Amino acid sequence: MPLEVQIEKKLADFTLDVAFRAPAAPLSILGASGAGKTMLLRCIAGLERPGRGRIVLNERVVFDSERKIRIPARERRIALLFQNYALFPHRTVKQNIAFGLDGLAQTEQATRIASVVERTHLAGLEQRYPRELSGGEQQRAALARALAIEPEALLLDEPLAALDTHLRSQVEAQLQETFAAYQRPALLVTHNIEEAYRLSEQLLVLSRGRVAAFGAKEEIFRHPPSVEVARLTGCKNISRARANADGTIETLDWDCRLRVEGAAAGERAPKFIGIRAHHIDFLESHGGAAEAENVFPCWVARTSESPFRITLFLSVDAAHSAAGRYQLQAEVSKEKWKRFRERPFPWHVQLAPELLFLMDK
Amino acid sequence: MDWSPLWISLATSLTATAVTLVAGLAAAAWRENRTGAGAALIDGVFLLPLVLPPTVVGFFLLLFFGRNGPLGKLLMQVGATVVFSWPATVIAATVVAFPLMYLTARAALEQVDPHLLQAARTLGASEWRIFREVALPLAWPGVLAGTILSFARALGEFGATLMLAGNIPGKTETIPIAIYFAVESNDIRQALGWCAADVGISIALLGGLYYWTHAQRLRRERWRQR
Repeated sequence: MPLEVQIEKKLADFTLDVAFRAPAAPLSILGASGAGKTMLLRCIAGLERPGRGRIVLNERVVFDSERKIRIPARERRIALLFQNYALFPHRTVKQNIAFGLDGLAQTEQATRIASVVERTHLAGLEQRYPRELSGGEQQRAALARALAIEPEALLLDEPLAALDTHLRSQVEAQLQETFAAYQRPALLVTHNIEEAYRLSEQLLVLSRGRVAAFGAKEEIFRHPPSVEVARLTGCKNISRARANADGTIETLDWDCRLRVEGAAAGERAPKFIGIRAHHIDFLESHGGAAEAENVFPCWVARTSESPFRITLFLSVDAAHSAAGRYQLQAEVSKEKWKRFRERPFPWHVQLAPELLFLMDK
Repeated sequence: MDWSPLWISLATSLTATAVTLVAGLAAAAWRENRTGAGAALIDGVFLLPLVLPPTVVGFFLLLFFGRNGPLGKLLMQVGATVVFSWPATVIAATVVAFPLMYLTARAALEQVDPHLLQAARTLGASEWRIFREVALPLAWPGVLAGTILSFARALGEFGATLMLAGNIPGKTETIPIAIYFAVESNDIRQALGWCAADVGISIALLGGLYYWTHAQRLRRERWRQR
């Protein structure tokens, strides 16, 4: 693997203890704020010293506590894109980009600058100072400066966090373009689930300094290994659960008995069950409970509207619903909501066996 | 009229300021990444000349550079004496001006966003290049203010200079010392003349500093309006 990381570092209230191998492709690092994401990047870049561990980049050991190897940041050829971009305010865009090219021949410098300026769409802004640029342009300038040194790995700390919503999608597209051309390890720290999902194939979920999940994004979203990962990846519906002798699952918070695909095959006793809000479906017509699996009558306790979707807070018990209490959150399109809203209660909700997932911690 | 005190004062202050600038910056840069009791102790030593009366500083310097002092003995061996010579005025002025330079330079360097220095590191720059090309240019307004303060302090130095360099007309007699001895010998006109010269230099200096910082602020505001 191009980038191998295995480090331990004591932080104020927990220990960062992480091990993973990153491919030559983007990898999103997802986690709540304060999970140690930024510290992880800083350790890899060489700006912080891990207590113990080993970091290997393209077969080059840049840190090894046992062999007392600690290559300084300036020799690692790992570019770090700071959250606030950290552009040098007293240098123009071009001078910022050229900063990392010191020591190269003038012609080589010019070629590299021209190349990154083109790739990051900065043409015409080379003579501007950072304060004369918009947020998105500053971000691109910082990216250009990082790419100019042709780093062996690219680390991005919340690259979109400081931008307005309308700029985010633009800059995200820019990042996608960059990643497609980069073909080397690129670690992207974010706390935005959708960004993480869109920008990389692999995900690493960090929780209080530990790797809570690491792997293909579809797999992590489909089968979160723990409640923590389920929550961090945006799962709204989680219930305590218990396996029955007949292979069905008893849900302690949803007051129903469910069949879950693959549940019988799993030897471990599940402790929790979950389903994503947009996976909860309502049946258009209900012929009888026996026809479809995992179908229950439900009542809407309250609703919450977003521009294009609506969140329904559901209760499987009429009395609970009247009291405003709910057990499940479902997300449906406005169209579907329009069709259903006038119908009398109870509606019939289906928790599809193939969309439910079990967790043992 | 003997103009030598003016030239001696200017030469002394300029030399002392130059030495202070380099030493103060070096000390501030060295101190920046250090914490702990040792560094705090050294801070105390660096700042001592600011809180001690100049005569005390001068007396310590005299003990240090004197015939029986540690450095004085060493210099004797190569046939050099510092006490009551022109270099003594520079040493006295440097020592009293140093804390001002050190304090302002440190404050100015601490103001520089550490992320910029870290970014420079990841871009492959050496620490010296980072200091020269990132930290110093960004801390420059503060460093310049410190330089001017140091120059002003060096120009006004009296007590320590008198202790270490004495009053040798044409050699160690700076303006403040000339004033003192003019007053002592009742030569009020001479004293007033030198006072006027000092006031003139100080006003020019402060005016320059004000103009310079003001111009900076104006330029910044113009940027903001764009």
